[in-house]
Amino acid sequence: MLRVDDLHVYYDAIHALQGVSFRVDKGEMVTLLGANGAGKSTTLKTISALLRAKSGTIELEGARLDRLPAHEIVRRGIAHVPEGRRVFPRLSVLENLQTGAYSQSGGASADDLERVFNLFPRLKERIRQKAGTLSGGEQQMLAIGRGLMACPKMLLLDEPSMGLAPILVEQIFAIVQAINKEGVTVLLVEQNAAMALAICHRGYVLETGKIILEGTAAELSGNDRVRQAYLGG
Amino acid sequence: MDFSSGIFFQVAVDGIVLGFMYALIALGYTMVYGVLEFINFAHSEIFILGAFVGAELLLGLEASGALATLHPAAVILMIVLAGMLASGLAAAALERIAYRPLRGAPRLVPLISAIGASFFLQDFIRFIESLWRNTFYLNYPTLDILDQNLTLGAAVEIPFKSVLVIFTALAMLAGLYLFVNKTKLGTAIRAVAQDPDAAALMGIPVDRIITLTFFVGGAMGGAAGVLFGLHYSLINPYSGFVPGLKAFTAAVLGGIGNIPGAVLGGLVLGLMEAFAASYLAVITNGAFGAEYKDVFAFAVLILILIFRPKGLLGETVREGA
Ligand SMILES: Nc1ncnc2c1ncn2[C@@H]1O[C@H](COP(=O)(O)OP(=O)(O)OP(=O)(O)O)[C@@H](O)[C@H]1O
Ligand SMILES: [Mg+2]
Repeated sequence: MLRVDDLHVYYDAIHALQGVSFRVDKGEMVTLLGANGAGKSTTLKTISALLRAKSGTIELEGARLDRLPAHEIVRRGIAHVPEGRRVFPRLSVLENLQTGAYSQSGGASADDLERVFNLFPRLKERIRQKAGTLSGGEQQMLAIGRGLMACPKMLLLDEPSMGLAPILVEQIFAIVQAINKEGVTVLLVEQNAAMALAICHRGYVLETGKIILEGTAAELSGNDRVRQAYLGG
Repeated sequence: MDFSSGIFFQVAVDGIVLGFMYALIALGYTMVYGVLEFINFAHSEIFILGAFVGAELLLGLEASGALATLHPAAVILMIVLAGMLASGLAAAALERIAYRPLRGAPRLVPLISAIGASFFLQDFIRFIESLWRNTFYLNYPTLDILDQNLTLGAAVEIPFKSVLVIFTALAMLAGLYLFVNKTKLGTAIRAVAQDPDAAALMGIPVDRIITLTFFVGGAMGGAAGVLFGLHYSLINPYSGFVPGLKAFTAAVLGGIGNIPGAVLGGLVLGLMEAFAASYLAVITNGAFGAEYKDVFAFAVLILILIFRPKGLLGETVREGA
């Protein structure tokens, strides 16, 4: 479904991605693991066209994405839930969700809102509240819900567990798994490798801008290098 | 000069008229600042361009004899819309030509571009008007109805043109409020103002929304230009400068980037100026006359900003991550 081939991305002189290639098949849930600064967010931002690659290609279902402007990527079916949530702080919960549906011709449909509220009942209770006043966990729910409002074929999630209590992380991951079971392909960026490998089908390990390992979740969980670097021995 | 209630009321009306004028202009500064954190210093010329386009249309209607056959309300509506359209398009064009190529450059660079655009527009208007009319001073043709007074009680009369300014401004502000808060495009403007990257991820075409913001802010300025012309009659290509500077001050006073703040700031500044002009001499026993009104108004502004540096309605803390 998504195919990334030999991506090179620079921040001025910093060569942040040095030939990254991977693929995500339809219906799959794939994780991209890596330490701080490995280039995980850079990879997602390049897919969503917030950044431009110097070279390399990105294809969704065979069609090139890498020359499109950022606002077109959503229309092609990719929703990116960015690192740090990035909800619109002075818009209400409902307005944030409506903004998520900006690419939908009819705006936010009642069905889509209902689907998000079923996944995250807390958001429904806080529908008029300004997003900036939500708790961190609620903001993460809103960020994911906002992404779903675009009715994406594929969801890019950048560290949804960041700064959340373990119990909430489990909830969020369960919901992500449910979203995937509904047929949405997922690319999950995580530092929490144990959790990510527990729910994903396959994974890639990124280190200083290069993919150094790939395999099924079981293979990666059993890999010595992954165990040492990301699973705490 | 005395403190009689009649005069007091008329000074208040003058202040409110001036305040709404500043408010409409201030919206252009504040909306653009909201999305780009950039001060469009050419906005004062966008404002006066609207005044000129309105005047030319009015003069054209007068010359063709159509003015006499049209209802004055229709005439006013036409020239306000023409001024809005011209100023809105000019502001949008300015963004595309003079500002967008400089996005990402150090902050002072687009500011210089704005100052350049301001000179360009002044001299462009001057050139066209001189070519066309041999003078660049323009008198708004009088509409009879605007010279009449609305009588309220025994001592109080409001010039009809003041009523016009107040009602038009209120209608424009209500329209803007609904647009910004209740429509998809308005919500997109707010989203871009709060987080342009996140807005792009939602499928919002950020560049187009920025151009739209310039258009809307410019159109409000253009409407203010036409009202300014109708109210004060004489305009020239440089008459935008002082009202523009004061409207910018009003935007800062209200909290730059904040739309209700721009309106509040405009009204506060307009009222202070009007009251200072009328009462300064009385209060100071003649030591300071009306010509010190700006000194007084700005002294008060500085005091307010010392205690509320983010402006009357400015955010005191930046929310969010
Ligand atoms: N805007 C930027 N300007 C310059 N360098 C940047 C910028 N953003 C990221 N980098 C650099 O690019 C590299 C990859 O950063 P990236 O944000 O992709 O890492 P990451 O894997 O997402 O890390 P984390 O887990 O901490 O979020 C880092 O070395 C970082 O310092
Ligand atoms: Mg990151």
